[in-house]
Amino acid sequence: MNRQTLGYGLLLALGIAAPILVYPILVMKVLCFALFACAFNLLIGYTGLLSFGHAAFLGAAGYVAGHAIKVWEFPPELGLLLGTLTSAVLGWIFGVLAIRRAGIYFAMITLALAQMMYFIFLQAPFTGAEDGLQGVPRGKLLGFVDLSNDINLYYVVLTIFIFAFWLIHRTIHSPFGQVLKAIRENEARAISLGYDVAKYKLLAFVLSATLAGLAGATKMLVFRFATLTDAHWHTSGEVVLMTLLGGMGTVLGPVVGAGIIVTLQDQLADKVGSLVTVIMGAIFVVCVLVFRRGIVGELGALYKRVIGTR
Amino acid sequence: MSEVFGVPVQALLGQLMLGLVNGSFYAMLSLGLAVIFGMLNIINFAHGAFYMMGAFIAWMGLEYLGIGYWWSLFLAPVGVGLLGIAIERSMLQWLYKLDHLYGLLLTFGLALVLEGLFRDLYGVSGQPYTIPDELTGAFNLGFMFLPKYRAWIIVSSLTVCFFTWFMIEKTRLGAYLRAATENPRLTQAFGINVPLMVMLTYGFGVALAGFAGVLAAPALQVSPLMGSHLIIVVFAVVVIGGMGSILGSILTGLGLGVIEGLTKVFYPEASATVVFFIMVLVLLLRPAGLFGREK
Amino acid sequence: MKRKIMSTTIHAALLSMALAGGQAQAQSGKLSGDMVKIGVMNDMSGLYADIGGPGSVEAAKMAVADFGGKIFGKPIEVVAADHQNKPDVGASKAREWFDAQGVDMIVDVPTSSVGIAVAKVANEKKRAYMNTGSASKALTNEECNPYTVHYAYDTYALANGTGKAIVETGGKSWFFLTADYAFGHALEQDTAAVVKASGGEVKGVVRHPLNAPDFSSFLLQAQASKAQIIGLANAGGDTINSVKAANEFGLTKNQTLAGLLIFISDIHSLGLKTAQGMLLTDAWYWDMNDETRKFGRRFFEKMKRMPSFDQAAVYSSVLTYLKAIQAAGTDDADAVMAQMKKAKINDMFAKNGYIRADGRMVHDMYLMQVKTPEESKYPWDYFKLKKVIPAEQAFQPLSLSKCPLVKK
Repeated sequence: MNRQTLGYGLLLALGIAAPILVYPILVMKVLCFALFACAFNLLIGYTGLLSFGHAAFLGAAGYVAGHAIKVWEFPPELGLLLGTLTSAVLGWIFGVLAIRRAGIYFAMITLALAQMMYFIFLQAPFTGAEDGLQGVPRGKLLGFVDLSNDINLYYVVLTIFIFAFWLIHRTIHSPFGQVLKAIRENEARAISLGYDVAKYKLLAFVLSATLAGLAGATKMLVFRFATLTDAHWHTSGEVVLMTLLGGMGTVLGPVVGAGIIVTLQDQLADKVGSLVTVIMGAIFVVCVLVFRRGIVGELGALYKRVIGTR
Repeated sequence: MSEVFGVPVQALLGQLMLGLVNGSFYAMLSLGLAVIFGMLNIINFAHGAFYMMGAFIAWMGLEYLGIGYWWSLFLAPVGVGLLGIAIERSMLQWLYKLDHLYGLLLTFGLALVLEGLFRDLYGVSGQPYTIPDELTGAFNLGFMFLPKYRAWIIVSSLTVCFFTWFMIEKTRLGAYLRAATENPRLTQAFGINVPLMVMLTYGFGVALAGFAGVLAAPALQVSPLMGSHLIIVVFAVVVIGGMGSILGSILTGLGLGVIEGLTKVFYPEASATVVFFIMVLVLLLRPAGLFGREK
Repeated sequence: MKRKIMSTTIHAALLSMALAGGQAQAQSGKLSGDMVKIGVMNDMSGLYADIGGPGSVEAAKMAVADFGGKIFGKPIEVVAADHQNKPDVGASKAREWFDAQGVDMIVDVPTSSVGIAVAKVANEKKRAYMNTGSASKALTNEECNPYTVHYAYDTYALANGTGKAIVETGGKSWFFLTADYAFGHALEQDTAAVVKASGGEVKGVVRHPLNAPDFSSFLLQAQASKAQIIGLANAGGDTINSVKAANEFGLTKNQTLAGLLIFISDIHSLGLKTAQGMLLTDAWYWDMNDETRKFGRRFFEKMKRMPSFDQAAVYSSVLTYLKAIQAAGTDDADAVMAQMKKAKINDMFAKNGYIRADGRMVHDMYLMQVKTPEESKYPWDYFKLKKVIPAEQAFQPLSLSKCPLVKK
């Protein structure tokens, strides 16, 4: 336990120092995607549900928050809140429909629903279609923290991330989280124990969608725009990849995965052009074939083995 | 006769015909998905990429080797099928014991690799493929203008779908296949080489996608993204139809194509979303899909 | 809120002008980062790649070479990026270029949605931005800012050239096939305005996504409208594909297609047999005079194709920018912008061109007609000049500009 506290302390220090060492926008992008992946992991890693439509939540929250801040002149904190709530509602709708089927069907239904949202974003008047919703002012947080300064914004984003991460951590280790794990391991047994499995699944789905929305709204604030890329199914695939690479069902896995993928994309984009997609796909294939526990999962297993032999 | 519900007959029939063309593609692709799913229990996310490759093999054959359309119609599906078999042997077969989701993830990764490779080589804008001489021009039906090539798409894809259905439902080979789907171990015990059948099924399923790709090449642009544009709609089609029956997936594909075409006439704004709305409706009323059986 | 933004931008503009005047005289030869870095951003592999793409990068390098390769003895570097026609990709790249890589000026940026997104970043970061690739006139109207120059053409000029010419020859009823983003909307609106002003009517519109795979269902709608003219408010690969699909469905028998933005590369892809007789508005054509021919041939040596007007404009704008740094003695964006707005532009692209307060570069435009295969004597001999549209008539009058920088 002490070691864990130390580890988190080190990570926190790294998080605080990061914007001095690296281009802050890049770190913020990593944090947003890390949050997105953590939210996603809550489903796949702890409930065993593979959603292929999480981009819809990222996109929807971005658009709504952006619209609220730009057009209705909401302060940023209210904009973020509204965006996040939108994703929660959307998550509830998706959830009600998708949990009627399990396994592969669940994945396909979420994917199809997300694609429907994509077309709605493409055609709705307030999203700016292919132009995207651009030029959203960052504004002043609570009326006095000037977010147009990248460093100020960075610490706000870091705070949001830490809060959400803590929330996920708490959820996983709560009785609710234990029930979710029971469902993942053996759904039939959970039902026979008297748990209303559908309700638990739905609740997990809504929570995951909400946090994905928080990530989307925050990302919008960082880049000052919301576009169709966020809602595209490639983004849904990316978050699966981040989680898979980092380690499904591990607390830190999605963070590591997001960090690697976002940095890789950023570094490679100019050098290899569209081969980035090929590299992402290849990582996917390798992970599925030989590396199913992901980086953190494998490291954890290694650690246990070392401890065990001692 | 010139207007129905305030819509010119020409436009109505034209869109209906285009709907049937799209429906033909949906039918062929969802048929391939259903065949593969039945045997391997894998949702083949790379199906769109194989469709795209079919079109590209045809295009490259013409561009670099001078192989004409009619040969491509045969060669491209074979090429795609062989690639599929190679992938099944080298990767997919290791996943059968795991959760089905890993098959979906693996094929998703493959789709990214294939799509990315072609994007890198040919960019995202489409390559033109000329319609073969025999099929250029159009039938002037008096009330509308029917390009010969579009008619050919509908006829040939229906033929292929029919033969696939016939082979699976009415022949001895098909009977083995269905037996292997129901109970692979027992079938194996009767001396049928189940792994071989699995391999051939995957090859055949993706070859169907390759065939659809060649058909699409002259009508649409040969573009690296053509598969991913289509595959998600096909997924919705599969959810609507349910994976249970071969005939079901063919009919659902065609039907949804037509519905989409009609939507373009009466309410164009919804044409991109109508399939998904139908999916939601079906999920609420018949969660197993129109032709599906709840397992 | 809007009013607040407007007043602050005006304020900033006035302030920056005052600042610029002072600096231009005070210093000489001062460069940020000890070099000038020019970023060429465009669609490198997609449907607009032939219009700008790697050719624009080459054009920028040619301009740097012609300038002498160095400024105040310091190097000039050209970097390039692919924005994939996505506004988010373009805006993040521009931000990173300005923030972390010391890029002083961004040039080209076709696809109006991306063009506008980058303009916002340039304004926020106070760096020069010379757009040659985008068409939307919003860049010098609602979205204008002190750091953006719209160099080559815009939707107003296109509508005013091609649209007017077609209405004058009797094409009174129109149906638009519009690319569904900023550019298409602007081109459609501007052309519709011209059509209505000349007594024509607009029968309907259908919008298609950027880079649409199949145009047949859109063209059926156009066919059903029974309009005389099908206005193609799209560009590049989309235009080429709509023309092809129109031929397949027999539209061209009773209706006429009007390409509202046609580049020479599009004609090259379509072939003269299909494209002959089309009217188009052009900002520059390689076969106009000795100067343009010389540039065209040099470019051809490198790229194996003749330059589009966008690529020629990239060359010209980079040269103009470097000359302005030379004159101002600094690469400070405010000073350079002030200098560029003072001097006349005279090179192979434009004669007596000048940059207005709203950022519009004003120069002659040309109404061209595509030659028939018989008329074409040598490769890339595609256009004949129908009319020179004088600079003052070619572009939106300054008095109509919605740009808050314009003092009225």
